[in-house]
Amino acid sequence: MRIGVVTFPGSLDDGDAARAARIAGAEAVRLWHGDPDLHGVDAVVLPGGFSYGDYLRCGAIARFAPVMESIIDAARGGLPVLGICNGFQVLCEAHLLPGALTRNQHLHFRNRDQWLKVEATGTAWTNGFTPGQEILIPVKNGEGCFVADTKTLDALEAEGRVIARYIKGNPNGSQRDIAGITNEAGNVVGIMPHPEHAVEALTGPSLDGLGFFTSVLRSLAKDGQLAGGQQ
Amino acid sequence: MARVVVDVMLKPEILDPQGQAVANALPRLGVTDVSSVRIGRRIEIDFTGEADLDRAREIADKLLANPVIEDYEVRLVEGAEVA
Repeated sequence: MRIGVVTFPGSLDDGDAARAARIAGAEAVRLWHGDPDLHGVDAVVLPGGFSYGDYLRCGAIARFAPVMESIIDAARGGLPVLGICNGFQVLCEAHLLPGALTRNQHLHFRNRDQWLKVEATGTAWTNGFTPGQEILIPVKNGEGCFVADTKTLDALEAEGRVIARYIKGNPNGSQRDIAGITNEAGNVVGIMPHPEHAVEALTGPSLDGLGFFTSVLRSLAKDGQLAGGQQ
Repeated sequence: MARVVVDVMLKPEILDPQGQAVANALPRLGVTDVSSVRIGRRIEIDFTGEADLDRAREIADKLLANPVIEDYEVRLVEGAEVA
């Protein structure tokens, strides 16, 4: 299984994301923002950081990178895509996920280990968790406040598309404590906290983040049996 | 050359914590009669030839504003001194 990790100018967590993919048992393939070729990867991670310096709006310029045009097409065709932090912002800007991420309500950058409750476990990236499972992974953002209109929020809830909520304190003011969401098909997931920083006891508060990466491998293996390797 | 100005503002229903922080600082200046401050962004676009308002709207809609959370207004600036 090959998991692609995109590097934009200003990406920070691409190295950690690639490492997490490797620890989970995948081959990590580095993808470059200016190269539209996805090099045959089975899934893609859009990592955290400050693509294009967060100029204009977080993720707004990255969305138009050549690699994103290929990813947007492939995601609509079912390719599993995980956007973490800045990657989540890029997915919202690319309209692969609804809503937007805005300045933290209290205006402070928040950097801490954060408890989450996993909700939707039918997605490509969360199927290894159990519904209601509480996990601890780092959050670090200045613009992580998830907002959407009431109709969109209600639809996300009704369709079971909230993948995780903040518990024991909301770090950024996100509406309805939403930390991560998925698209209708369940192949595209965005999450504000950083699972790739919680994959080793030495550097993370837990190993809970690994579940996102092992989930996608499991999902790919299952699809492979059903569809002969084609997503 | 011609200039088009795009004003981008958060939609009224979206919380503007920056604006609130500024509003909360005003009493320190002795200002007590301001009820709300909201912060947006002004973008100046200089065309090489005639100003193209439709093109400017397209730029605003696709890139300059995020219509999920922001509204924008596009206007031509007559007689702007364009470098």
